[in-house]
Order: sequence, then C-alpha cells, then structure tokens
Amino acid sequence: MENTILEMQFAIDTFYFLMMGALVMWMAAGFSMLEAGMVRSKNTAEILTKNIGLFAIACTMYMVYGYELMYGGGVMLDGISGAGDKYSSAADFFFQVVFVATAMSIVSGAVAERMKLFAFFAFAIVFTGIIYPMEGAWTWNGEAVFGLFVLGDLGFSDFAGSGIVHMAGAAAALAGVMVLGARKGKYNKDGTSNAIPGANMPLATLGTFILWMGWFGFNGGSVLAMASKESANAVAMVFLNTNAAAAGGVIAALILVKLLWGKADLTMALNGALAGLVAITAGPDTPTALEATLIGAVGGVLVVFSISMLDKVFKIDDPVGAISVHGVVGLWGLLAVPLTNSGVSFSGQLIGAATIFVWVFGTSLVLWLVLKAIMGIRVSEEEEADGVDITECGLEAYPEFTK
Amino acid sequence: MKMVTAIIKPFKLDDVREALSEIGVSGITATEVKGFGRQKGHTELYRGAEYTVDFLPKVKLEIAVSADQVDGVVEAITKTAKSDDDGKIGDGKIFVSSLEQVVRIRTGETGSVAL
Repeated sequence: MENTILEMQFAIDTFYFLMMGALVMWMAAGFSMLEAGMVRSKNTAEILTKNIGLFAIACTMYMVYGYELMYGGGVMLDGISGAGDKYSSAADFFFQVVFVATAMSIVSGAVAERMKLFAFFAFAIVFTGIIYPMEGAWTWNGEAVFGLFVLGDLGFSDFAGSGIVHMAGAAAALAGVMVLGARKGKYNKDGTSNAIPGANMPLATLGTFILWMGWFGFNGGSVLAMASKESANAVAMVFLNTNAAAAGGVIAALILVKLLWGKADLTMALNGALAGLVAITAGPDTPTALEATLIGAVGGVLVVFSISMLDKVFKIDDPVGAISVHGVVGLWGLLAVPLTNSGVSFSGQLIGAATIFVWVFGTSLVLWLVLKAIMGIRVSEEEEADGVDITECGLEAYPEFTK
Repeated sequence: MKMVTAIIKPFKLDDVREALSEIGVSGITATEVKGFGRQKGHTELYRGAEYTVDFLPKVKLEIAVSADQVDGVVEAITKTAKSDDDGKIGDGKIFVSSLEQVVRIRTGETGSVAL
C-alpha cells in the first residue's frame, strides 16, 4: 500500500514537472512575439529565426554538455536513466533545459535589428553550453565558485532564477550591445536619442501575455513537487504571487508613464508586466499577496526609469528593454527576497548577484569580442538600412504589406 | 469646367461626401495622403524618446465640375470640412484649377456631358 502511494507521488510529481516545463517552453513563443512586435517590420523574420534557432541550440548544447557541467548528468546525458528518487531524472533535464533557452532568449531582443544571425548563433552555442551552466552549478547545484566559496552558505537564494536566468541573460545582452553599438539612426550627433517605434503592438502584447502564462510554469514548477498537501499549497501560493506581481508591475508602470510623459505608452505597460514577473521570480514562495504586488510594482517603476536612463544617459540601445527588464529588475528581485524570507541575507544576495554578473558579463564580453574579430558581429550599414530580413534570411515577414 | 482639389481631415470625409452629393456632384475621387501646411508636424514620445511626425494623414478629394457648380462645391466643402464653428489650423485647403478636357472612356463623350 505504502509503495503504491509512493509510486503515485512519483508519477504526479513527474507529471507536474513535465507540464510546467512545457509551459516554460511556451515562453519561447512569448519572447518571439514580443520581439517581433518591438522591431521594425523589415527585421521581423530575422528575429523570429534567431528565436527558433537559439531555442534549438540551447536544447542541444545543454544536452551535449551543459547539463553535465551544471548537475553532472553526463556528456550527452549518458548519466541519465529513466529513474529518479522523487521524479524522473529525464523530467528534471526537460525542466532545466527550457530555462537555458529562456536565458538565451533575453539576449536576442537587445541585439535586434543589427547583429549577424550566425554570430548570434555562435554566441548561443557557448552561452548555453558553458557560460550559463557554470553559474547554474554554483547556484542551484550548490557547487563552490572556482572552489572558493559556496553561495548557499552565505545566505544566497534565488528560487526560480531572477538572477541565475534573467540577470544572467541581461548581462550577456549588455556585453553584446556594448560591443555591437546602437542601431543606425538611434542617436543624433548631439547625443539626443530618437525613438524607433516597433512595428506590431498586437504581437508585442500577445507575447507579453504568453510570457505571463509561461511564468506560472517557470515559478510554479520551481517548487519541484506537487504530490503532497504541503507542496500543493506552496505551488498555489507561488501561482498567486507570480500573478499578483505581474499585475503590480503593469499598474505601477502605467501610472508612472502617464505622470512622466502624459500618455499611456503600451510598450512600457508590457515591460511593467514582465518586470513584475522578473522581480518576484527570486522569491515567489514567501511574500503575502500584497507584498508580491508591491515587489512587482517596484519592478514596474524601476523598469521605466531604467529603460529611459540606459537609452538617454548611457546610450545603450536595447530595442525591447531586455537589459532593464531582466537585468536591473532581476537584481531588484534578488534583493527583495530577504524582505520576506528570514533565511536569506542581503549580503548573500549581493555576493550572489555580483558573482553571476561578473562571470556572465566578463565571459560574454570576451566571447563577443572574439566573435567580432573572427567573423564580425554586425551587418553592413547598407544591410541594416535594407533590413536584415532580406539580407540575412532572404525573405520578408510581410511581403504583401510593404509592397 | 473646373477641377476642385481639396485637402481635408480624414474624419470629415463622410460629411463632405454627403454635402457634395446633396448639391448634385456626381463623382469624387478620394486619396489618402500625407502632408503638412501651417499646422506643421508634431512630436510624440515612444518609451521616453521623442519622435517627430512631419507628415500628417489627410484625404485628398478631386472633383471635376462644370463652371457653374464650382462656387457651390467650394462652399459645401468649406462649410463641412471645418472643425468646430471657427475652424482650426490643419483643416485643409481647396485648390480650383481650370480643366481643359474630360472624356468618358465607355462612350467617348467629351466636354461637360462627360462629367
């Protein structure tokens, strides 16, 4: 009898894991639609190619070596059998691999409209095979950072990856944008910034809603169990808080842009939703619903100021706001955890954030520079003006709209 | 014969078409155009950065009429295309030019019978 119950638990936890992983996989669709909506129509097909390409590369590279590096699952997964203690180990790989793809998706939006497609893919191979798995091993797998210190012992905690996934993706994106430079026409000679409006707001909105939905898998799945009263309650609380934080982010961003600029900029409301989600990801299990809403709302405020400052003060041209949404707010998410979770310390969070950022930013910067030297990472000025759809993919996203 | 070319605000199109039909105008060509006059363009904010809209959307109407209809047509357009009672900058303009020849393609008729 007891054995039957244990088998039921195993089956339910595995099933839950797989379903949540499938939800996170769907976030790739969300990023694709968000980015397709936020770029100009002449660069749509290329950003979509980047998104589906990077997803496949992430899945393959994590299978080949990433999972071994992060959790010791064996090269080509040869350490994985169908079995596991609490759930199938194959389900664990499946859930982990979609997170790698999410981190990589963050990069594609920031470097949109001007990067060579295959330089991006080359970066994706190393990022998903080595850079991300290394910091993943230090954090979620509790390994010592280069044998020096263990982040968990210092009071570091990142529940579903505000830092490990989101800030890491943003750090790689920031390094890429710094090496790549701004889009042509983005900045005037006197340094003032021009707006380059995205082509398709319905797609950007759809993408945001898809991400919002996928995030229930991202955070909810990170409870890692469902088949007990305790874990079911935890999952429900995580769902509730994830949703509340996204709502808080939207409301805060909308009110702020209305006050700042007089109009309700939809793109900022969308970024506000994602900011709320990123903010709660590091600790969706401990806040109350109101606290979660406020953590999301702070994320929504931060993202508006951050996007504006990166654009105007630092001249970082990020067409979709990825560095602000995932990086700046990712850091806020980490720092918000000790507010509601006494087992986590501010210093631990800061050291963890610094470790992730220095590692990912540093290695990414070197990698981008190497790629620039070997193959070039930026399309020519003429190709950029014509749009990378034609020059990189040989087709247009909307051939009959533009003719 | 005269050619009346009017640039109006897009949202006034239905009112103008109705008024012209009432005074017996039998044909209008409407084109969506962009341009600016004294109104100039305006600036908008996108994600906090400014962008300028130099050319505003307008509708261009082309109406070929006989000489005795011109005054009525110009009056009808002026009255209906005006925003509010006093009008606003950006309401548009009307150009009247002489029209040398008109041919109805179906029958080959020419001159004012072809209007």
